[in-house]
Amino acid sequence: MAKRIDVSGLNAYYGSFLAVEDISMTIQPRTVTAFIGPSGCGKSTFLRTLNRMHEVTPGGRVEGKVMLDDENLYGAGIDPVSVRREVGMVFQRPNPFPTMSIYDNVAAGLKLVGNKKKSELDDIVEKSLKGANLWNEVKDRLNKPGSGLSGGQQQRLCIARAIAVEPKVLLMDEPCSALDPISTLAIEDLIGELKERFTIVIVTHNMQQAARVSDRTAFFNLAAVGQPGKLIEIDDTERIFSNPSVQATEDYISGRFG
Amino acid sequence: MSNATLSDKRPSSLRAAHLPKWFSWAVAAGSIALGLGISTVAGLESSIQWALIAGVLFVLATFVITSSVEGRRQAKDRVATSLVWVSFLLAVIPLASLVYETVKRGVKVLDGYFLSHSMGVVATSESGGGIYHAILGTLEQVGLAALISVPVGVLTAIYLVEYGRGKLAKAVTFFVDVMTGIPSIVAGLFILSTWILILGMGPSGFAGAMALTILMLPVVVRSTEEMLKLVPNELREASLALGVPKWRTILKVVLPTAIGGITTGVMLAVARIAGETAPVLLLVWGSNFINANPFSDPQASLPMYIYLQFQQSGGYGAAYDRAWAASLTLIAFIMILNLAARGIARWKAPKSGR
Amino acid sequence: MDISTTKDTAAPPTPQPSADQKRAERGTTRPGDRIFLGLSRGSGIFLLALMAAIAVFLSYRAALAISKDEANFFTTFEWNPTAVPPEFGIAVLAFGTIVSSIIAMAIAVPVAVGIALFITHYAPRKLGGPIAYVIDLLAAVPSIVYGLWGALVLVPQLDGLYGWLNDYLGWTGILEWQGGAPRSMLTVGILLAIMILPIITNVSREVFRQVPQMQEEAALALGATRWEVIKMAVLPFGRSGVISASMLGLGRALGETMAVAMVLSPSFEINASLLDPGGGTFAQNIASKFSEATEMGRDALIASGLVLFVITLLVNGAARLIIARRKEFSGANA
Repeated sequence: MAKRIDVSGLNAYYGSFLAVEDISMTIQPRTVTAFIGPSGCGKSTFLRTLNRMHEVTPGGRVEGKVMLDDENLYGAGIDPVSVRREVGMVFQRPNPFPTMSIYDNVAAGLKLVGNKKKSELDDIVEKSLKGANLWNEVKDRLNKPGSGLSGGQQQRLCIARAIAVEPKVLLMDEPCSALDPISTLAIEDLIGELKERFTIVIVTHNMQQAARVSDRTAFFNLAAVGQPGKLIEIDDTERIFSNPSVQATEDYISGRFG
Repeated sequence: MSNATLSDKRPSSLRAAHLPKWFSWAVAAGSIALGLGISTVAGLESSIQWALIAGVLFVLATFVITSSVEGRRQAKDRVATSLVWVSFLLAVIPLASLVYETVKRGVKVLDGYFLSHSMGVVATSESGGGIYHAILGTLEQVGLAALISVPVGVLTAIYLVEYGRGKLAKAVTFFVDVMTGIPSIVAGLFILSTWILILGMGPSGFAGAMALTILMLPVVVRSTEEMLKLVPNELREASLALGVPKWRTILKVVLPTAIGGITTGVMLAVARIAGETAPVLLLVWGSNFINANPFSDPQASLPMYIYLQFQQSGGYGAAYDRAWAASLTLIAFIMILNLAARGIARWKAPKSGR
Repeated sequence: MDISTTKDTAAPPTPQPSADQKRAERGTTRPGDRIFLGLSRGSGIFLLALMAAIAVFLSYRAALAISKDEANFFTTFEWNPTAVPPEFGIAVLAFGTIVSSIIAMAIAVPVAVGIALFITHYAPRKLGGPIAYVIDLLAAVPSIVYGLWGALVLVPQLDGLYGWLNDYLGWTGILEWQGGAPRSMLTVGILLAIMILPIITNVSREVFRQVPQMQEEAALALGATRWEVIKMAVLPFGRSGVISASMLGLGRALGETMAVAMVLSPSFEINASLLDPGGGTFAQNIASKFSEATEMGRDALIASGLVLFVITLLVNGAARLIIARRKEFSGANA
């Protein structure tokens, strides 16, 4: 069910400011693609164009095409709400709904479309929590608020919430940047398991992380502050980290800037 | 994987039936036209009626049309949107009318003469006279009240946010909440029972100011508390870590960061009490003459003036005109206070924030 | 929060005036802290003492009055404290106060939440700010002006609406109208609703605005429509805020004096119909009867004021309970 993403000629704006310029890339199903690059290079902005979350920001607007298999996300008559059900997202900081219990958090997306029996919901919640490697830790307190969990657990709860609606693609915007190393490791392991089922795109500041979890890596850069971010290259992770074809990539990876 | 069945049940397409953008406007226009039409045909007199009809029609039509074209979830979304719009529009009508009527009727007699003369020798039925005595009274009463309640209120808030942990803090928080709900007339009765009935003092501006203090205190405490809570803890810790004593941290770091919000809170509190009539009615009594001494004898105040002119007008136009003009003055006074407060708040706002 | 001395001396040089640092190093921080703590704690205690005094003195004067009351204070439909023997009771006032407040809340709370959502989530961004600003200002309009407007502008407008209500809903009994001037409980309720609308709107808007962006994005990313985002992230987060906003409004409605006194034609009877003139509220009754009251009459009014005070206490207590019960799931520390 995982789907392939084809981006061509994509520009993203904040008002009149061009944040990301002319990006084209292909993301294969059931792979992990990592976006790396210095701060402000537009990798998060670009990520948010993949499920039409960019336009939620005031002034946010997008030109170009994003094909999900054979459908353009920005085509006429496309409903952004449906797009976001197909392309799930996990955010930088864990954001479980504070007023909901753990159970309700996971079931939140499912309840939107309604028409699920309680037993069905129970099954999906359990499966999603298991899928997020969280079930054993929370199975005895499903009715407690999600905000009572640790940061790492909250983030896995958010992953469980995202995968519960069975999206085709899972976007992760620096999912570990607010977490400690142990929780980070747990999430990285989880990403490895999740790619069996989903197309995963992850933005990360941590190059080791990109090297550890991803199959493909895309390097973004910007000429100067105030200039739009651009895709420099995308290739197999191994290759990017051993023998990139562009000098800037090598400089960034070897820590010469950024 | 095993979820194939689940996913396949969902429509595979990302497309959804969409009504055009002008849809809501068209429904709105239609509803208003129909509302007006029905009113005219049925001979309904008041504008409240057609507005209500139009509002109901708008929400209903939106729901019916959307749910048939876009589906139930979208229909709910649209109905929520239209309800929100309708509630906004319905609320705007009376509030706009209030402002419009006050200005329209108030400007009739509002001039320099009106602001600089009292009602000393003017009978209610006559035109002429003014509100000088009332302005003076309001300024003195409100000023005294603010003088007492601002320091006490801000200090209490500091206690609650910066020091308060134990039972005392809990009790204070609880009773500030309780105090917020004290009706102004009850505050007036309290001062009446102590100051006037038990201590045997006569009516005076100061008695009114004490009642106004009771009303102002909790507002000051509450708003200051909220503002202090918004000051990030990192800021306090940074200052403490530099070896700055706690009280100086509060005075030099916490309060300046929150000062914009605190000022706004105080100004809003002042604005609230400046328009209070009930305690003034019980404790200051109102007067037609200039009395600059707030510590003895009845005094006028703007809201009290409005009430007296309204109540004693006996239907005479001159008194009504004066009531409206005084209302306009009072509103203008309060608005200027408000605008100034906001100006200060913006000017003093922490520079780093958005 | 204690600062260790090592930290004090190890403090790096800062742009602060050096006098501060010297004082800090000499360890003279304690008296300053103590005085400041004393002042702020003293203010808190003063506030408690004030509340206690209010309760004690009101009760004392009220007790004086009630002990002389020959009729049942709670069930009597009359107000003759100066008669011989004095007979007065609050039944009519309690009924009127509660009914008018209920009407006001029923109208104002949903509309206010609607406007707050309109400003924060629906209005075009360029419009939202100015509207919020104007409503902020309207919250400051004093009740006496609402009263004047209510008596001279609103009341004449209500004839049509009341005739209409009578025609279609008159059979319910509570919406029957004899055709008198519409200076009735419903008018009071409507005016109170208009009066408390800005304050409820403002507080609710402030709460809705503080909903963390990431909560709303979480809901959006799950494929929620705008209304579903509001239901999932905004309303739950804002619920206790809306409740306290409503309580603020209710407090105003219960105790509103002048506006009610100006639009109501009071009488000491309970009318089954909300549209016919009559009835009264605690606050309105105090204002209307005060100027002609003797000392006995004032004490009787104080007794009724005490009841109003107790009612507001109960309302506040109830609100606190509701908020406390939801605390576990509150968004405070998300």
